[in-house]
Amino acid sequence: MSQTAIMAGAAPETGTGTAVEPRGPRPKPFFTPRKIIIYSVLILFSFYFLFPLYVMIATSFKTMPEIRFGNIFALPQQINFDAWVRAWTSVCTGLTCEGLSPGFWNSVKITIPSTIVSIFIAAVNGYALVNWRFKGSEIFFAILIFGSFIPYQVFLYPLVMITRELRIFGTLQAVILVHTIFGMPILTLLFRNYFASLPQELFKAARVDGAGFWRIFFEIMLPMSLPIFVVALILQVTGIWNDFLFGVVFAGTQNYPMTVQLNNIVNSAQGSPEYNVNMAATVLTGLVPLIIYFVSGKLFVRGVAAGAVKG
Amino acid sequence: MADTAVYKEEGAGIAGQRGFLRKTFLHNMPAKIAALPMVATVLVVFVGCTLWTVYYSFTNSRLLPTGKFVGFEQYERLFATSRWNISVTNLISYGAMSLVLTLTLGFLLAVLMDQKIRFESAFRTIMLYPFALSFIVTGLVWQWIMNPTLGLQGTFRNLGWTGFTFDWIANPRMVLFALLIAGLWQGVGFCMVLMLAGLRGVDDEIWKAARIDGIPTWRTYVSIVLPMMRGVLVTAVVLIGSGIVRLYDLVVALTNGGPGISSEVPAKYVYNYMFSGGNIGQGLAAATMMLLTVIIIMVPWAYLEFGGKGRRS
Repeated sequence: MSQTAIMAGAAPETGTGTAVEPRGPRPKPFFTPRKIIIYSVLILFSFYFLFPLYVMIATSFKTMPEIRFGNIFALPQQINFDAWVRAWTSVCTGLTCEGLSPGFWNSVKITIPSTIVSIFIAAVNGYALVNWRFKGSEIFFAILIFGSFIPYQVFLYPLVMITRELRIFGTLQAVILVHTIFGMPILTLLFRNYFASLPQELFKAARVDGAGFWRIFFEIMLPMSLPIFVVALILQVTGIWNDFLFGVVFAGTQNYPMTVQLNNIVNSAQGSPEYNVNMAATVLTGLVPLIIYFVSGKLFVRGVAAGAVKG
Repeated sequence: MADTAVYKEEGAGIAGQRGFLRKTFLHNMPAKIAALPMVATVLVVFVGCTLWTVYYSFTNSRLLPTGKFVGFEQYERLFATSRWNISVTNLISYGAMSLVLTLTLGFLLAVLMDQKIRFESAFRTIMLYPFALSFIVTGLVWQWIMNPTLGLQGTFRNLGWTGFTFDWIANPRMVLFALLIAGLWQGVGFCMVLMLAGLRGVDDEIWKAARIDGIPTWRTYVSIVLPMMRGVLVTAVVLIGSGIVRLYDLVVALTNGGPGISSEVPAKYVYNYMFSGGNIGQGLAAATMMLLTVIIIMVPWAYLEFGGKGRRS
């Protein structure tokens, strides 16, 4: 490809004088064998990636007799919202039969405070680690990062005991605390790297002018860190929304998030399974992260790649 | 800091000590207060809870962590339990396949995406969206697709291909492959994004030089570009690897360990013994084994990344 570019670059030199000489790179045919292979492989993989989404949505609009007919590829004969209504309002999720809506609101009640608290604490951590280093701060940070690779199962039981001692086990506060703890490593890394990339002169000038820790944080650092806040927001909202383990251990039956209730609907259902309701509930649970994904676009990519950026 | 401390000590007396204390504890006070949540998390959770778990894995605690010290008894019992041994074997087979396939497919797709193709962002959106979804959602969708009576198998049989068999989630010998299909569906896109970033980070000059030397493209990728992407590769291995050790939600949603115990994994073993089996010591011993696995993976990586700094760059 660059060979043709080099030749094209040389072409005007040789062709000076004759006006009819063609300029620019030689147009390439679109359907070269190489391109056909590339696009067919990519399209083949796209089918693999898109098929479950199609099946989920198509099944959720079908009626049970239609499903029992047994063609998973078929489009629904007509758009039927019954399964969606049932999934949202009346399907059994373990003890109660009120559908997924309580789970949705529990997830909202867990996700919003967890996101805010964890991002705020991580932003302060990152700021302190870059601009206000104290003895041992780097060691704490190193342990924090190393700790993020330890399986959660190692911490589960001690954390159950701690939250019991704090008398918050089985409440929303416990889940929020746990999400704040386990969101801290990656978010702190994110903010630390971001603050380290800002010009230090800003901080020094503010120090010379007599501004203190919090004033510099709120008036200089925060207003400058909007992009990284958005990345952290995407990361946390999708991560916390999708969590299953912490919800099932710490939230208590009343506060089960949507993922836990969804799993109960499908895997502990009594009687004959209603696949259309199952799929409607699955789509509903996946909807929030999907919307965030499609709206945020490249920022989501930045968010997920953030874990890979070493500081 | 050390200089001033020495100087203060020469001043001697209580005043000097107070100055030392002030230097150590009061210096930079707001920052220390602000970092308190981090310090508490590190000391209480990442250090404290880990040590607690390791310590109590050596006790015979059952319903409450109050048992007495019994040495390696829990570990002996652990490795005498077929369910644990199956869990470990499953994790190793699944982990090896998942790691190799995620990296290979991720790299392959990244290479294809790097050929200045059209609709690149559309392809990326399609490949990465499963990564935004919960493991529970992923597991339940694939459970439905692979449902033997009404899923793919049933559909093809109804369409007239009566010999068609795709009963992996109900077949103890194939269930790990069912898990793999769902796991790859969710994880390959992410790996592709990482690899693509790595490929884009390779200098164009390298490509030009390789072309001038007449090296075939595939050879350039294998012998020049891949070694240059060492950083990205290591990161991908560490991220995918730590995700595999944690594997839990996907199994719960897709097979719940079944059929029988043929798709059990260690994380599920820990959970079951701690919260429904009423045998905490056993659960903690299993958790400690998971910790050990991660340490075995992480220490060489940490050594390569941070210990070998003098050698590289």
